[in-house]
Amino acid sequence: MPKPIRSTARWIVSIAILLVFFVPVYWMFLTAIKTLGQCYQTPPSFWVSSPVWENFVNAINAIPFWSMLKNSIIVTLGVLLCQCITVIPAAYAFARLRFKGQNVLFGITLATMMIPAQLIFLPVFLMFSNMGLINSYASLILPHATSAFAIFMLRQTFKQVPEELIEAARLDKASQWKIITRVMLPIARPTLVTLALLTLITTWSDYFWPFVMTTNNDVRTLPVGISMLRIVDGGVQYPLLMAGNMILVLPVLIAFFVAHKHIIKAFTYMGDK
Amino acid sequence: MKKGVVALACPRPRPFWSRTREKTKTAGRRMLPYLLIAPAMVVLFVFLLYPIGYMVFLSFFEWNMIKPMEFVGLQNFITMFKDPAFFQTLLNTLQYTFFTLLFGMGLAILAALFLKKNTRLNRFLQSTIFMPYVMPLVSVAFIWMWLMDTDYGLLNFLLQTLHLPTVDWLGSTSVAMYSLILVSVWKCVGYNTLIILSAMQAVPNYLYEAASLDRAPARRTFFKITLPMISPSLFFLTLMNLIACFKVFETVNLMTAGGPVNATTTLVYSIYRDGFQFYKLGYASAEGVVLMVIIGICTLLYFGVLSKRVHYR
Repeated sequence: MPKPIRSTARWIVSIAILLVFFVPVYWMFLTAIKTLGQCYQTPPSFWVSSPVWENFVNAINAIPFWSMLKNSIIVTLGVLLCQCITVIPAAYAFARLRFKGQNVLFGITLATMMIPAQLIFLPVFLMFSNMGLINSYASLILPHATSAFAIFMLRQTFKQVPEELIEAARLDKASQWKIITRVMLPIARPTLVTLALLTLITTWSDYFWPFVMTTNNDVRTLPVGISMLRIVDGGVQYPLLMAGNMILVLPVLIAFFVAHKHIIKAFTYMGDK
Repeated sequence: MKKGVVALACPRPRPFWSRTREKTKTAGRRMLPYLLIAPAMVVLFVFLLYPIGYMVFLSFFEWNMIKPMEFVGLQNFITMFKDPAFFQTLLNTLQYTFFTLLFGMGLAILAALFLKKNTRLNRFLQSTIFMPYVMPLVSVAFIWMWLMDTDYGLLNFLLQTLHLPTVDWLGSTSVAMYSLILVSVWKCVGYNTLIILSAMQAVPNYLYEAASLDRAPARRTFFKITLPMISPSLFFLTLMNLIACFKVFETVNLMTAGGPVNATTTLVYSIYRDGFQFYKLGYASAEGVVLMVIIGICTLLYFGVLSKRVHYR
């Protein structure tokens, strides 16, 4: 192909890609600041000269927004904290210590990565309901209190720490605890940041688990709340729905733009084994 | 044995209290790894492995949470395989999986080839494609529900301006499933592109240099070098996509509620409906067992083929 045609084709494809992936998001934002009348007018307008911010207020008032935001924050941070407690020691043991049954246990850990939440929600719901723990934070946090994937990734990082460093620490009579906190964790910091971001984003966005584990609004998180905006006053009001949607997406998008490199790396990790 | 260790460590005899301390220390050292992995293992066993066993157990019972459990043997499975609705559910899931995989991977390979050169524009485009992947599924589902609105949606408006017939995206039995597939491809193609690109960048450059010395045409370079070299990543990606497709729930629940007339009822949605709305817990568990077997077979196939066929660096 001659060069000018080629580069024009490149530009056309590039612009097409941009349109396909940006327009839906832009459309959400635009609808969120339109009035109901503007939203349903034909032909639709692609620009709003006087944005309407009431949609956001109405969306917040249509659901128990603040308590759900609180729940979202509690659950997200709770899961993160639990994962720190369970993942770091396990990854250290699998990477640096030798013990009986190590390979079998690590194999089981890896195998659990293939079990999606969507497969086991029914029995887990029944377990929690037997214990009377439905509609509790425990039912939302504990099942995600560890991550086989995070153990795997962190183990890889810990394995790469040079043996001399640990030997040196041992000679200085450092305890295992000190070896973990003073030697391993500082070296593994980039991995930890990436894994934490991954956990924060997936927990914040998760709709399925809080949706199937709860029967009332006590501990429901924001994604479930936003999904309740679908039917307000007996019908779909898209400006309201899109405004709620914006509130849910905005933290993720901001995180994406700010920590964009880290996030891309985090998800690349997930694909390379 | 312990005595020997102690003797080596401290040749001079020590007072008895020091010795006991030494002993507990070695015992503690042997227990340490188990203590360290215990929290993680407890969570994995209680919330992932035990529920699987419990689900298999429940699949042999009839239970609606009110009446006591009744053992029915394989009756749930027999009922299930005699039920045409269940077959439609299976077919729907396979249809969804097949097309999402086909387009999700196909477009991702094309996009990766297109964005191969590490320029600023390409990096920007790559982030753009990837953006939907980090967005919550709820939001993605609602954005597309609005775009696909029959009367006021942007998609039908575009079709109208192009003088094409409008489509009942989510209300027609023949189209609704493809609409869900479209949404799923839109969401996952960026992730696939990312992984394929990173695999492509890992291909050693000398292979391409050798190919260009031989004046190999671009297409042959792709099929003989790039594709075999990235095949482990492609293969892993396929497994991940397969599992992601089998577990589809959010878009079905929010956009179509399994309808119209069960046209988009997938396996997980069916488990949810039978278990949580009709309270047929045994039957829903039996469906869960089917899902588990499907995922299990895919995983085993993956490892089986991986050990034989795929080129490994």
